[in-house]
Amino acid sequence: MKKDRGDIELAGVCKSFDGVTNVVDGVNLRIADGAYCCFIGPSGCGKTTILRMIAGHEDPTAGEIVIGGQNVVGLAPVQRRTAMMFQSYALFPHLTVRENIAFALRVRGQSKADRLRAADAMIEKVRLTQFADRLPAQLSGGQQQRVALARAAITEPRVLLLDEPLSALDEQLRVQMRQELRRMQQELGITFIHVTHTQIEAIALADLVVVMEQGKIKQAGPARDVYAHPHDRYVAEFMGGQNVLSGRVEKVNGASFVLAQAAPSGIEVPLQARSTVSVGDRVDIAVRRDDVALVRPGRDLPPGCTTSLPSRVLAIEYQGYFVKVMLDTVPDDEFVAYVPEKTFFADPFTVGDVVMATWATGSALPLA
Amino acid sequence: MSAVLADMPETESSKPVAPATTKAIAPSTGGRPWTFYVLATLFAAYVIALYGPMFCIYILSFQDIRGGLVFPMKGHSLHWFVDLFTQARTGDVKGSFDRSIKLAVIVTIITVVVSFLAGLGFRRRFRGDTFVFYMMIGSLVAPGLVLGLGTGLLFQALGLDAAWYTSALGAQLSWTLPFGVLVMFAVMSRFNHVWEEAAYDLGASRWQSIRLVMIPVLAPGLVAVALFGFTLSYDEFARSLQTAGSLNTLPLEIWSMTLNVTSPSLYALGTVTTIVSFIVIGASLGTIVLLQKKRGSRAKG
Repeated sequence: MKKDRGDIELAGVCKSFDGVTNVVDGVNLRIADGAYCCFIGPSGCGKTTILRMIAGHEDPTAGEIVIGGQNVVGLAPVQRRTAMMFQSYALFPHLTVRENIAFALRVRGQSKADRLRAADAMIEKVRLTQFADRLPAQLSGGQQQRVALARAAITEPRVLLLDEPLSALDEQLRVQMRQELRRMQQELGITFIHVTHTQIEAIALADLVVVMEQGKIKQAGPARDVYAHPHDRYVAEFMGGQNVLSGRVEKVNGASFVLAQAAPSGIEVPLQARSTVSVGDRVDIAVRRDDVALVRPGRDLPPGCTTSLPSRVLAIEYQGYFVKVMLDTVPDDEFVAYVPEKTFFADPFTVGDVVMATWATGSALPLA
Repeated sequence: MSAVLADMPETESSKPVAPATTKAIAPSTGGRPWTFYVLATLFAAYVIALYGPMFCIYILSFQDIRGGLVFPMKGHSLHWFVDLFTQARTGDVKGSFDRSIKLAVIVTIITVVVSFLAGLGFRRRFRGDTFVFYMMIGSLVAPGLVLGLGTGLLFQALGLDAAWYTSALGAQLSWTLPFGVLVMFAVMSRFNHVWEEAAYDLGASRWQSIRLVMIPVLAPGLVAVALFGFTLSYDEFARSLQTAGSLNTLPLEIWSMTLNVTSPSLYALGTVTTIVSFIVIGASLGTIVLLQKKRGSRAKG
């Protein structure tokens, strides 16, 4: 079969269930053919609704959904050539693994011999051959997931939609199945759209991460972009790994500005392309937790650091290769430093110690 | 590790206390509490009250020709069973039995089909759904005799002849349908809506999703609805009394026999009908077991 394009374009897509509030509110997005795209956001942010609209289980109230150049609004899933993997897998309890996987071919009227042969080939692909005659209830969570994946993939869809596929599994299996999903995506060479609320899952898998809040896209881009260069406070806090501080602009000098703080030095922030600030503005900035260095008071700051904020150590958590040090640097927000294990234990702090939190000026990021 | 070792001596010093703890954990070997005997007696009384009357009938039906309607038992034979099917004076047992079985089968089929469709319909809320539901339950609350009488009168007013396959069928359905629908609701509540969605996603038409997913998954529940329909119809009396027309169903025949037959063949009839009931129940349960076994064996493959 000739492989069709599975690129997706969402144009002004809205969805309202009650006619008053939009669960999905004017979403525009382009997903390349063969991409692994993750939608991430808290529950109720509309990510699953978008997935179901692409799948053809819900119709958008407004806007267009284009797959491979064709507007698919109003078409059945089969006509869209999409397939969905449901959150709890929705395997048919009365059918064996083989019959579950062959179901789509059965309803298409394929002969028994043909469809079972095709199912067996797919079973081999997901390494379930020895379980082919079992019922779903006799399988582990990971095996059930592979059956669901095989069942969805057997019709050679151009887009595979996964609704929180890993949420039913325990931690260890989740990491393992994550790799399996990626492997299957590369093997099938089709577009995967994966909905999750776990940021680790999203950045581990996706070519394109889409962060959502209240029906709107907050930021969409490659995983590293979204993690290292969040647009705003929401994305920075949701993706994690960042300290978010806010303050009033004290002065602007050329390529940087200074944020007023209780501390003697203030915070110097490079003025990056996307933000224009003037004195008196209230601005949020982000500093990666692993960019923060802790220095005892009175010692020299590392080179390149102009900001140093006096802080008290609130708590210390050992995390293996790094140590998580929680500080009272800013009054209302959480401020955390991830100190490499070896650095920390060369001169360990204890709770209550006063330290100077500092970072290279270039690593502070102004937020929108 | 060192902390654990440091604790060791303390554990040893507390050893003398250990036997007391062991005793508290060990299962009690003494007598049962008095409440056990009270509840056991109550249960025994309940079982006797439930099955005693039936067994009196069964036992008395096996008397010989000298047998009477009361204890003590006079001899033992199958005389009254033969009498039941040969003597004309005992009434039209065979005919009424035939009619009752046929009627029960028709009622069962209609009940299963209608209950299943109602189950499908009530999956989603619709305008007036509570009203429809209470209307349905209403016919359970209405006294059977009154409802039967009304049905008979209505047929008369419309100029239709009352017969077991028309008016009695209708009167019985007013009884079995609400029951069937209620059972179906319980069965339906365990059906995961996502299965249907998955079937649709995989390209199944509405009909294919019902035939290949819903019916097989719900099959044991549908058998239960059928069993309900059959047994409720087979021993229905109140609603059939005024609606069966000139030909009796079995319960009506038994009732009329109690008025004019004064031999143990009445009891023999009771025994035979009970056996039929057990065969039907056994067949239904057997079907459910078979359905599950079939899945199991295919699964073992």
